[in-house]
Amino acid sequence: MPSLWPRIEPLLARVEKPARYIGMERGSLQPVHRHDQVSWLLVYPDTYEIGLPNQGLQILYELLNERADATAERSYAPWNDLESELRAAGLPLFSVDTHRAATDFDVLAFNLSAELVYTNLLNCLDLAAVPVRSERRRPEHPLVIAGGHCTYNPEPLADFVDAFVLGDGEEVVGEITEVLGAWKRSGRTARDGVLRELATIPGVYVPAMYDVEYDGQALVAVTPRFPDVPEHVEKRTIADLAEWPYPRNQLVPLVEVVHDRLNVELFRGCTRGCRFCQAGMITRPVRERPAEQVRTMVREGLRRTGYDEVALTSLSSADFSGIDGVVGDLVNDQDGCGNVGLSLPSLRVDAFTVDIASEIQKVRRTGLTFAPEAGTWRMRQVINKLIREEDLYRAVDGAYSQGWRRVKLYFLVGLPTEVDEDTLGIAHLARNVVEIGRAHTKQASCTVSVGGFVPKPHTPFQWFGQNGVAELGRKISLLRDDLKGSRAQVRWHDPAASFAEGIASRGDRRIGAVIERVWRAGGTFQEWSEHFDLSRWLDAMAAEGLDPDWYVTRHRHEDELLPWDHISAGLHRDFLWHDWQEALRAHGLPDCRWTPCYDCGVCTDYALEHVVASPVPPAGGSQGTGQDLDTGHVVPVELRARVREVTSAR
Amino acid sequence: MRGDRGFPVRLRFTKRGKVRFISHRDVARAFERAFRIEALPLAFTQGFSPRPRVSFGLALSVGYESEAEYLDVELAHDLDVDALPATLSAALPEGIDVTGAVALADRAPALQESVTAVEYDVVVERDDGTVPTADDVRRTVDAALAAETLAATRRRKGRDVVEDVRPLVRAVDVVGPHEHGVRLHLELATQPSSIRPVEVVAALGGLAASRVLRTRQLIERGGARLEPLEADPRPRALEVRAS
Ligand code: SF4
Repeated sequence: MPSLWPRIEPLLARVEKPARYIGMERGSLQPVHRHDQVSWLLVYPDTYEIGLPNQGLQILYELLNERADATAERSYAPWNDLESELRAAGLPLFSVDTHRAATDFDVLAFNLSAELVYTNLLNCLDLAAVPVRSERRRPEHPLVIAGGHCTYNPEPLADFVDAFVLGDGEEVVGEITEVLGAWKRSGRTARDGVLRELATIPGVYVPAMYDVEYDGQALVAVTPRFPDVPEHVEKRTIADLAEWPYPRNQLVPLVEVVHDRLNVELFRGCTRGCRFCQAGMITRPVRERPAEQVRTMVREGLRRTGYDEVALTSLSSADFSGIDGVVGDLVNDQDGCGNVGLSLPSLRVDAFTVDIASEIQKVRRTGLTFAPEAGTWRMRQVINKLIREEDLYRAVDGAYSQGWRRVKLYFLVGLPTEVDEDTLGIAHLARNVVEIGRAHTKQASCTVSVGGFVPKPHTPFQWFGQNGVAELGRKISLLRDDLKGSRAQVRWHDPAASFAEGIASRGDRRIGAVIERVWRAGGTFQEWSEHFDLSRWLDAMAAEGLDPDWYVTRHRHEDELLPWDHISAGLHRDFLWHDWQEALRAHGLPDCRWTPCYDCGVCTDYALEHVVASPVPPAGGSQGTGQDLDTGHVVPVELRARVREVTSAR
Repeated sequence: MRGDRGFPVRLRFTKRGKVRFISHRDVARAFERAFRIEALPLAFTQGFSPRPRVSFGLALSVGYESEAEYLDVELAHDLDVDALPATLSAALPEGIDVTGAVALADRAPALQESVTAVEYDVVVERDDGTVPTADDVRRTVDAALAAETLAATRRRKGRDVVEDVRPLVRAVDVVGPHEHGVRLHLELATQPSSIRPVEVVAALGGLAASRVLRTRQLIERGGARLEPLEADPRPRALEVRAS
């Protein structure tokens, strides 16, 4: 099929940031499409700058292109200016690699990392000239697939996406390719057949294969329509990260993007057990990459990309076994490439040591971010982020003493059982942090970043009624007023956006019509404040006869069927409910990496285990590391090693 | 030997094809990465956050192509300059090819100040999007250049201002028809300030530039018109004497 480049090129002279659309990243490919291959267009439904660095998408791009029976290219949501130009010129969504039309591909696979991009998914489909509703698609249309964290509640997009992929995509994309290859060879007959076959692949959920029943407002049943379609769809998990040293050729964009650096994944999964954190819950168990493989990936990645900064990524980087050693080696091994900066996103304060601080600051001093998440010990017990005030102060003292001047603190408001004392506790912490900083440098400052809590599926907080817009707004004002005139700067997330996110996060299939209305009313790029308007969402809810509060601010009952109950991340519902009750009692839960398994369900059901190289928990006091979960003080406990032999890099 | 100044080198490179949509800053970052990929050590500035010593010549607008871009960079140690074009081109994006490299004299004047004239190939159409004949364009050009002044609308600090740009326009030659319009060759002065070729074309009357290719930059000094690679080479005197 011909490249659309000659027709796209003249439009680019008239749009903002035209380089978003040219591809050409180092590491990118110009696949030649053959008819006997399955062609995937991997779409990130937000701007290029946000989507390009997405590691999941890059991993699949490489894996698919390595296969003889597949090709893969990439696409990102065009900004409104190019979208209008494309529509005016009668041009479709296109790939950035070879500028082919989206409809030239067999599969459009969307990465869903945030709920507010849902309207962009519809817009991308429409721009691709693919009917937005699955039922309207014909055999010649591409299959529409979605993966990423949001698929753990697929229901709001059930009308638009043909198949959802749950969990790690590394293995399952190959299995899907094989089914689609056979379908192509057989002449692409009716979609029903191929969809039904996809539904039998573990980890693949095909919403059209299920009937949904309501009784008034309440959802009462989600039933497979055929005997070979599973009642519960289980996520996919790769057992050993060492077998997947990807991306091997991380893409290096020509324009600046977020996380513009080499990213090397230290481990997947997290069992700290923070109850608000969906990412931690749905990615269990912990699977570490062997330290030696991390070193190799960093060394080779830097050489291939020419980047001068590397981030060691995971949900809690300082928990990686022997993190000090890895960091020390990286900082001291700079074979003539010039200075290489190192960043460790997601640092837990209780595992942040002065050693790590001094190693990182040798090379570059950017801002440091810590996430205590809540202002009081009681609140942190509720959310099971058992960081003591002393831990935070010790960490920021370490940071300021090593020359950092700016520390950023992340907090959530609107958490279960929260009272104003908890909210004001944030201000108390911030003031003390500034104070500690001032002892080291006059320029010490602290940014307090506050987000409204949105309860997520497959977490113990999935039953919690979210705070409404007014209540979140009131808490943010309370905090701002209290910190007025202090050296702590407050930044906050728009409570109205949190409300819309709440609709999409825990919505059922009926929310699909709402998303479609918001999109038709022009509501794309909802993550961008200049494009977001809650009234579009509320109008759409009203037009569909749906009550926003029923979806967002209502507490759910134990026996209520939740829209995602037929989707499984391996976590037992009993465990989640029990943990929710424990949260309400402000009881903490240890980290099962270093203490006995409490059987949340993941390892036991999937025959998996943690892959953790060190039997010793990281420094600092925290759950499972010798800390009394009620008082926060250290008590002697026996630590039982739960360690599997870590296979070395292959 | 040269203290902290390092070893200055001047490179000439192209910016053609899709890559013309990246900005000046993006080109600079691509070069920095290319030097690191090829393990060519750059000299860094001293101070809190060391930066490589890289300086570009005249900015090229996003969307323009070029056969003659230049960049001065300081290397941490001396090396075979003749090998640089091939080595760097391999590590740079498609469309950016290093086409020449010279060791630069120690205190060579900065590119930005020394370049005095730039030449462009431009394809023009009528400003309503239709294609004129070469003769039409020739008549327009002759009339515009015959006048005492040439009023152009220029964007200065976010505002449109009208200025006489006739002194900056050295030559406008009609080359002949092109599939998308008519090809012109422009020579524009860059001092005291440079002007964008689209502004010149718009000022000619009724025309608009659709494609712009920078073909040459010149350093005019003491009556000579020098290619920037020839202007300030590092003397080879010592090597000559030794042989
Ligand atoms: S099954 Fe046990 S060891 Fe595995 S993640 Fe759950 S609690 Fe931890």
